[in-house]
Amino acid sequence: MNAAGRRHQPGPPLPARDDGDVIGLVKSRETHRAIETVFRIERARIIAVLTRFARDVGLAEEFAQDALIAALRHWPDTGVPDKPGAWLIAAAKRRAVDHFRRAKMAEGKIALLGVEAESMVGLPDLDDDIGDEMLDLMFIACHPVLPPEARVALTLRLVGGLTTEEIARAFLVSEQAMAQRIVRAKRSLAEAQLAFERPQGTERTERLSSVLEILYLVFNEGYSATKGEDWMRPQLCNEALRLGRILAGLAPSESEVHGLVSLMELQASRLAARIDAAGMPVLLLDQNRARWDRLLIKRGLAALARAEKLSARAGPYTLQATIAACHARARTPEETEWVRIAALYAALAARIPSPVVELNRAVAIAMAFGPAAGLELADQLASDVALRGYHLLPAVRADLLMKLGRLIEAGAEFKRAASLTQNDRERALLLQRAQSCDEQRLA
Amino acid sequence: MRFMIVVKASKDSEAGAMPPQEMLTAMADYHEELAKAGVLLDGNGLHPTSKGWRITWSGGKKKIVDGPFTETKELIAGYTIIQVKTREEAIEWANRFPNPQIDDGEIEIRQMYELEDFGESEAIERFREIGVATSK
Repeated sequence: MNAAGRRHQPGPPLPARDDGDVIGLVKSRETHRAIETVFRIERARIIAVLTRFARDVGLAEEFAQDALIAALRHWPDTGVPDKPGAWLIAAAKRRAVDHFRRAKMAEGKIALLGVEAESMVGLPDLDDDIGDEMLDLMFIACHPVLPPEARVALTLRLVGGLTTEEIARAFLVSEQAMAQRIVRAKRSLAEAQLAFERPQGTERTERLSSVLEILYLVFNEGYSATKGEDWMRPQLCNEALRLGRILAGLAPSESEVHGLVSLMELQASRLAARIDAAGMPVLLLDQNRARWDRLLIKRGLAALARAEKLSARAGPYTLQATIAACHARARTPEETEWVRIAALYAALAARIPSPVVELNRAVAIAMAFGPAAGLELADQLASDVALRGYHLLPAVRADLLMKLGRLIEAGAEFKRAASLTQNDRERALLLQRAQSCDEQRLA
Repeated sequence: MRFMIVVKASKDSEAGAMPPQEMLTAMADYHEELAKAGVLLDGNGLHPTSKGWRITWSGGKKKIVDGPFTETKELIAGYTIIQVKTREEAIEWANRFPNPQIDDGEIEIRQMYELEDFGESEAIERFREIGVATSK
């Protein structure tokens, strides 16, 4: 295949830069946008390969940026090359070689140069599989030496395609603060003098679970929207999902990777249904299931099947995905297999003991065996320190009390939940439910 | 945003001929590339129209017409669905699509509607109302 055959454009593949007229100017702006798009698609892989050489993500990012500048200079005349990714990687490597040559000359180590530079310029095979480097980059961005919020920022910036401004907006901090957070994270990585060796055995498992944790954190930031602008939220979900899908291709034999992807696909399938036309949250059982995204459900169930096939003992993400799949498979809320879901939450609590999981189990038990049984478990959690200030505990208790007809207590618990939530819309919903308790009582 | 890359039919696809190995490889490479970038959502090939049928409405009458159909270029042989952040990204990925036919091929790229695209209108609200049978 040649470039001309692949790019079905009339005339020359891309307009020359010296077009003097307005059309030429518009075209050249379009050309620049097209080049920047190619770059955005390839950026993470360029950084991944260059990190391997430079052993420094900050430098790798700079070399990638240099490659973009080179592309903007050459491609308007030559057209976009047949393998733009390989071209950009080669350009970035040349910049890296220049950089290290200058650095070594400054240090007077010219003699050492020949060999190393040689190994560096070795251009990647055009179809070079750089999956390993991508996985390395994810491992580095999610390195345990960094605090979680730095891992999130670095992952979105280096592996995902988000700009610093976009990440800042999503996490409600100024662009400057986010830029500093990223710079600091890169410096910490450099100072930690990481071995840059591929982790093996249990270390690999731990590092992988850090990546999964960060991806799910990003997804949840978009999904549960504790803060940030509305429009950024689906973008965070989509980005976490995209990175999860990439990871599933890079580590295809890891059961929990598919488990997490399944969980995210299934939760994302409900994105459109969980907010009503007025922007208010809609509870799972009240959602219009016709608005669930069947394509994402199909993908989620397929990923779950892969996860189950790879491991006899389901991990936490796979268990949560199995629960999400129970909901996805039920055509109506009445069809939901609550007994099974309650058992799955018990299995999950055994794997990762957590009062939040127990609270979910209380809800499932209430649905399976009646509100009194659920309330019994929820009440046991009331004294748990970890749940102090957690709005969903009073919210769940309120719901169960209401079902039991204990409307005064229910109303008070809804109000308590409303006072604890950070989310305006959720607060409005809880107050609305408190009010309906009062109305029912007086009716 | 989601885009559907629609692959138009050809004489060969309508004859039900299996594509040559070379093209299958190119297709597999391309879709693998989409998957590695995390943008591939779905894709399928369709049987020839000789196995399909049409339902038409005309003059208040409904009619069923069995395939095959003749206007090959208007027919669909398969599709690929991608999810991307920008229209430019969709343009770039579509540019990388290999020719899906042995001779002259054609693909058509269409953006898929998403719920946000509908905005607020009385008709849309009615659709939502109809759907909200299970909602409060």
